[in-house]
Amino acid sequence: MNSSVIIFPGSNCDRDMDVALKKFGFKNKMIWHNDTELPKSDLVVLPGGFSYGDYLRCGSMASKSKIIESVINFAKSGGLLLGICNGFQILTETELLPGALLRNKHSEFICKNVFIKINNTENNYFKNIKKNILELHIAHNEGNFFCSSDQMKNINDNNQIAVFYCDKDGKINDNSNPNGAFNNIAGLFNKQKNILGMMPHPERMIDTYLSGDDGSIFFQNLITNLK
Amino acid sequence: MEVNESLAIEHGLNKNEYKKICDLLNRVPNITELGIFSAMWNEHCSYKSSRLHLKNLPTKGKKVIQGPGENAGVVDIGDDDAIVFKIESHNHPSFIEPYQGAATGVGGIMRDVFTMGARPIANLNSIHFGSTQHKKTKSLLRGVVRGIGGYGNCIGVPTIGGQTCFDESYNGNILVNAMTLGLVKKNKIFYSKAAGINKPVIYVGSKTGRDGIHGASMASAIFDEKIEEKKPTVQVGDPFTEKLLLEACLELMAGDSIIAIQDMGAAGLTSSSIEMASKGKLGIELNLNKVPCRELNMTPYEIMLSESQERMLIVLEKGKEEDAKKIFDKWNLDFSIIGKTTDSKKIELFYDEKKVADIPVNTLVENSPMYDRKWKKTKLPKKNKINKDSFKNLKILNVLNKLLSNPNICSKEWIWQQYDHTVMGDTIQKPGNDAGIVRVHGTNKAVAATVDASAAYCYAHPLTGGKQVVCESWRNLISVGAEPIAITNCLNFGNPEKEENMGEFVECVKGLGEASKYLNFPVVSGNVSFYNQTKDKGIKPTPSIGGIGLIKNYKDMITMDFKENDNVVLVIGKTEGHLDQSIFSRDILNIKNGPPPEVNLFNEKNNGETLLSLIKKKFVKSAHDVSLGGIIIAVAKMCIKGRKGIKIKKPSQLISQFQYMFAEDQGRYIVEIEKKNYKQVKEILEKNSVHYDELGVILDKDIVIDDKTKVSIEDLTLSNNNWLKKYMEA
Repeated sequence: MNSSVIIFPGSNCDRDMDVALKKFGFKNKMIWHNDTELPKSDLVVLPGGFSYGDYLRCGSMASKSKIIESVINFAKSGGLLLGICNGFQILTETELLPGALLRNKHSEFICKNVFIKINNTENNYFKNIKKNILELHIAHNEGNFFCSSDQMKNINDNNQIAVFYCDKDGKINDNSNPNGAFNNIAGLFNKQKNILGMMPHPERMIDTYLSGDDGSIFFQNLITNLK
Repeated sequence: MEVNESLAIEHGLNKNEYKKICDLLNRVPNITELGIFSAMWNEHCSYKSSRLHLKNLPTKGKKVIQGPGENAGVVDIGDDDAIVFKIESHNHPSFIEPYQGAATGVGGIMRDVFTMGARPIANLNSIHFGSTQHKKTKSLLRGVVRGIGGYGNCIGVPTIGGQTCFDESYNGNILVNAMTLGLVKKNKIFYSKAAGINKPVIYVGSKTGRDGIHGASMASAIFDEKIEEKKPTVQVGDPFTEKLLLEACLELMAGDSIIAIQDMGAAGLTSSSIEMASKGKLGIELNLNKVPCRELNMTPYEIMLSESQERMLIVLEKGKEEDAKKIFDKWNLDFSIIGKTTDSKKIELFYDEKKVADIPVNTLVENSPMYDRKWKKTKLPKKNKINKDSFKNLKILNVLNKLLSNPNICSKEWIWQQYDHTVMGDTIQKPGNDAGIVRVHGTNKAVAATVDASAAYCYAHPLTGGKQVVCESWRNLISVGAEPIAITNCLNFGNPEKEENMGEFVECVKGLGEASKYLNFPVVSGNVSFYNQTKDKGIKPTPSIGGIGLIKNYKDMITMDFKENDNVVLVIGKTEGHLDQSIFSRDILNIKNGPPPEVNLFNEKNNGETLLSLIKKKFVKSAHDVSLGGIIIAVAKMCIKGRKGIKIKKPSQLISQFQYMFAEDQGRYIVEIEKKNYKQVKEILEKNSVHYDELGVILDKDIVIDDKTKVSIEDLTLSNNNWLKKYMEA
């Protein structure tokens, strides 16, 4: 399986993603933001970080970068496009995914483990996944998902919610919502479910010595589904 | 502008220093030259009050590749890998403008590390604030934490540990000390020593603006009621540019075109160019019209003294300019050839084709002032007599609960949750433990790092305090199973022109030198911050020590959480019952005088090395050093982390139970071992003459003392975890 990770100036989870993809069997290539063409890929990843410094709205500069047109075309033709953290922010800025990611509710950067509940398994990302509650890690300042009520209706009608923040027993409520995200939304699909944006970082949870190992379940499942 | 004595005094120089400048030059300096002298001769850059004493510190060792004098220290961790590390203060700017002050402190120390060719792999910090009752404390803490996070998080380097202290002596002068570790291959270390004549001198990074002019001089002055006016001397950080600069520099360093490289830190272009020339015994000629400037009509004086961030100076091999420029173009950074090396041994500056400065390099460096300042010895205070009546109305478990929510003991999760501590995917021990640990990427090795300070001890008796803080660093590393390698120190003190403050400095340095020599734990880098003083009031003497250690196989690291029921808990090291200067005496009994606990270097070393041998034999299930709050606090934290309880049976000793539980005697650890190994562990401890007590056995949920009283771990966890969060949200 071939994957590509896009590096924007200011990306800082690009290496971590490269390590994770390779660990689970992807042949990964790193693609520079000023390139215009993507190599043949089964998966394209927009990694976490602070693309172009994120001094404007997070992800907005990246959504106008040179490479992004090929990324959009790749996704529109059905290719698997995964955006983690800043990558999720870029996906909303390109309008490949609806809504926006606002400042966290206490206006503080949050770095900690959270639990997420998988809401939809009819897609290449979560099909046959062996656990439906995963412990992953978040590290962001702007993860507070927000959208209009019309958008929310569309999201629900098309079953686009990918993952919710929850507690270890799967309860979805204010106590298990780390950043104020609307309806505890931690990750979203597009209508066709080939684009996934989520705030939690599976690539930081790929062995037991790290904050946890549930990221391994995510990647292992993903590559199995693609084979 | 006419240069005279009073203008020199405005620049922070004294009369004699001004006279010395005129004598060295054989003429009156012009304004640019005066600015350069004032920047190079201030305390921050010249170490004029401290040099004499620092040279006695032990700086050599088998693993030391580079000691003090470079941008950072370098130590060998085997397999051609080396760790570059240093700690540095950014105290004055952080008090004036906490966000930017702290942010640029982090930026500056990371630059010191990647200047040497190392990719930063971990950040730590030591921060000291005034009393939690003081009106400024909350906003300063919030600003500093956001600043540290804002910079480190953006660059993508994990913040893996730190230390926070609240004490009223910092009400008017907070301390922000930032530490960075970087990883480099031994044969790819870069230095600041220029070599060769007619080599191009290159400026890369951000443009030069008017920010931070006289920052280094500000850091060498006492605060008064007009500090707000000094806001413009605080630099403004741009972590995005630093990230680009980091990647671009490492890309250039992969080749062989760099002769010397130096970041522009304190005193900007002035100190970076002079340092490179001085180390190479060369001259440097710069054309200031070539310096990329952010603002129009900047004068040579402003260009030379600006402390704009995210800039580097490089001496390049001739003919490599084009290749180098391509890299910086790729990363969208300024690249300008601003001068060349010469054989004049002078710094010669040109602006609009006129020579605007002409100064022999040695007058700025070797001939800079060095003072043997008067200092006063601190007598060891008399011990307080322990009056058992003072414990009469106290219950151990109530005191324990109270101390767990003491600002200096409570969980600092509110702080470190705002720092990205997991980026780079190698953090295997997070903040809130004895030491932070990161793996050496792609290997089985891991590096442990800790930062420590004990101002209360240093204030009571600087010589003992200086020793203690080095020992604490060593203990924290041993507790996680790391072999201690070396330290970096950040020496925060008051006004060196006052005998008491100078005495605190001299004796703390003496103490830390003695301990580091005895423990073979050399000092490889550091910095001194004097004048942490508002009007007449100085801070408590606060040397912060950053220590690093190596774990050969990261799977063997030790954590502090209690693991399994029925395992035996031992106290390694002897408890004499020393309460003076303990947090129990200071905050519960309200006794503030008396000596700090004695440091016995023989026991310290013997206990630590013996524990390390037990760890190597895989006998140790969890370990934690005993520090602030004594045995009971150490044990409670291990319970909280492991969600376990303990049944404690106080060993039969002559001292009272309060002394046993809350004393802060040094050289002690709590360790958990399996029952089946107890006999062997005892034999090893006895063979090495290490004192130990059997404290109890692990059980579920509660701390139970002598079968009589108990408290649930759940309650203790709430006390420990919630205090800081509630304080900040109130």
